[in-house]
Amino acid sequence: MSDWVDVCPEDAIENEDVIRFDHAGRTFAIYRDADGAVFCTDGLCSHEHVHLADGLVMDDTIECPRHNGRFNYKTGAALRTPACVALATYPARLNAGRVEVQV
Amino acid sequence: MALDQTISVPRDYSLTGPERDRALARGLAAAEWYHSDIPRKEMKALMARSDQPAIRDTLLWIVLLAATAAGGIALWGSWWALPFWLAYGVLYGSACDARWHECGHGTAFRTAWMNDAVYVFASFLAMRNPVSWRWSHARHHTDTIIVGRDPEISVMRPVDFARKALAFVGIPDAFVHFGILIRNAMGQFGPAERDYIPEADIPRATRWARAFVALHLAAWVWALVSWSLIPVLLIGGPRIYGCWQMVMTGLLQHGGLAEDVLDHRLNTRTVVMDPVNRWIYLNMNYHVEHHMFPMVPYHALPRLHALIQHDLPPPNPSIRHAYAEMIRTLIRQQREPGHYLRRILPPTARPYREDLHDADAVPQRPAT
Ligand code: FES
Repeated sequence: MSDWVDVCPEDAIENEDVIRFDHAGRTFAIYRDADGAVFCTDGLCSHEHVHLADGLVMDDTIECPRHNGRFNYKTGAALRTPACVALATYPARLNAGRVEVQV
Repeated sequence: MALDQTISVPRDYSLTGPERDRALARGLAAAEWYHSDIPRKEMKALMARSDQPAIRDTLLWIVLLAATAAGGIALWGSWWALPFWLAYGVLYGSACDARWHECGHGTAFRTAWMNDAVYVFASFLAMRNPVSWRWSHARHHTDTIIVGRDPEISVMRPVDFARKALAFVGIPDAFVHFGILIRNAMGQFGPAERDYIPEADIPRATRWARAFVALHLAAWVWALVSWSLIPVLLIGGPRIYGCWQMVMTGLLQHGGLAEDVLDHRLNTRTVVMDPVNRWIYLNMNYHVEHHMFPMVPYHALPRLHALIQHDLPPPNPSIRHAYAEMIRTLIRQQREPGHYLRRILPPTARPYREDLHDADAVPQRPAT
């Protein structure tokens, strides 16, 4: 397993929101749910190459900004067409006021 | 080569012809589009979902459908039935389009099953296969008015005015759509459909087509058995006698504007409309705004418009104004297919994306 990578201070992501995180030539989406827990998925929609960080977080889902495809950002599962292929998910945690991911 | 030394060649709007390869080669497919800047906080507020406005508007729609149908049936045989049927026709044959569209995006309701239920019902009224049209509309948003890629270009250059006039009474549109449903019901999907529908979704598209065709056939059988026109005026018929408002608003969305650009301000039109047309059309008169930010539900589009209007060309002040402007352009395109209407941006706007310009997009051959 790779090391934990520092992303941002925890208050940089609101509850029920998402930000983009670019690291080592890759792009990820980092989420906080309504309770403040953090999650990480691939940053681009699996339908077309669109950044999910511009989308809408509702409950456990992220809705893609281009065609409103939906994914469960906790499991990566594709929930609504035209998104059909699941997103890869990565471990994420809060550590001493910082958001960290293992990518 | 200077444009005045060239003649534009008519374009091939199919999804499997040379224009498709051309669009791919020029980087026009699934490209980055221009977006006006909106702070994330405001965007989140605009995107927020709620069931309440769509429940209100859907209940009103259903009640009006039922009331106008009941009036038309109760007064059958008298001229007093006519206004009821005319209203029912528009509520069925035109209002279905905006409900199909908004629920297809999944933005009308917050609750997914409500979007899906109204989407299928509206697809039936519109005679559209609910599976294939979801894919087709996704492509329309990825590649808006990109020739060879967008399956929903309704105004092709040079426009056939007679055909467009007949579209206001559903000809040949309703028959073409019903023909597609029959074809799909037999499991037949053409090359264009296979270009945007994933193979895995074909069986589902076939099942829905069978159900829709069966319901329409049932209405015809009912009409024959009862020897009455009422069943076909109720089911299927409004797609002919009531579609005029859908066509009227739909042609304005992109007609006469640019092709093969990556800036919705160049290829999409926003028109100020009265409250009745806006309700039937679910605010899709804010069409530039909708294309730029399809995540914003219909009820938030006026707010979105207020927020970004400084960055957009001024909207047409009325349907009449927009038609005058569009028809002038379409007439000129009969002689100059490369011509398109380019609106002047306000000084507060960021300039149009000029890296891909419509004039370059029209294939040219030297004048002889
Ligand atoms: S790009 Fe995400 S659903 Fe199409």
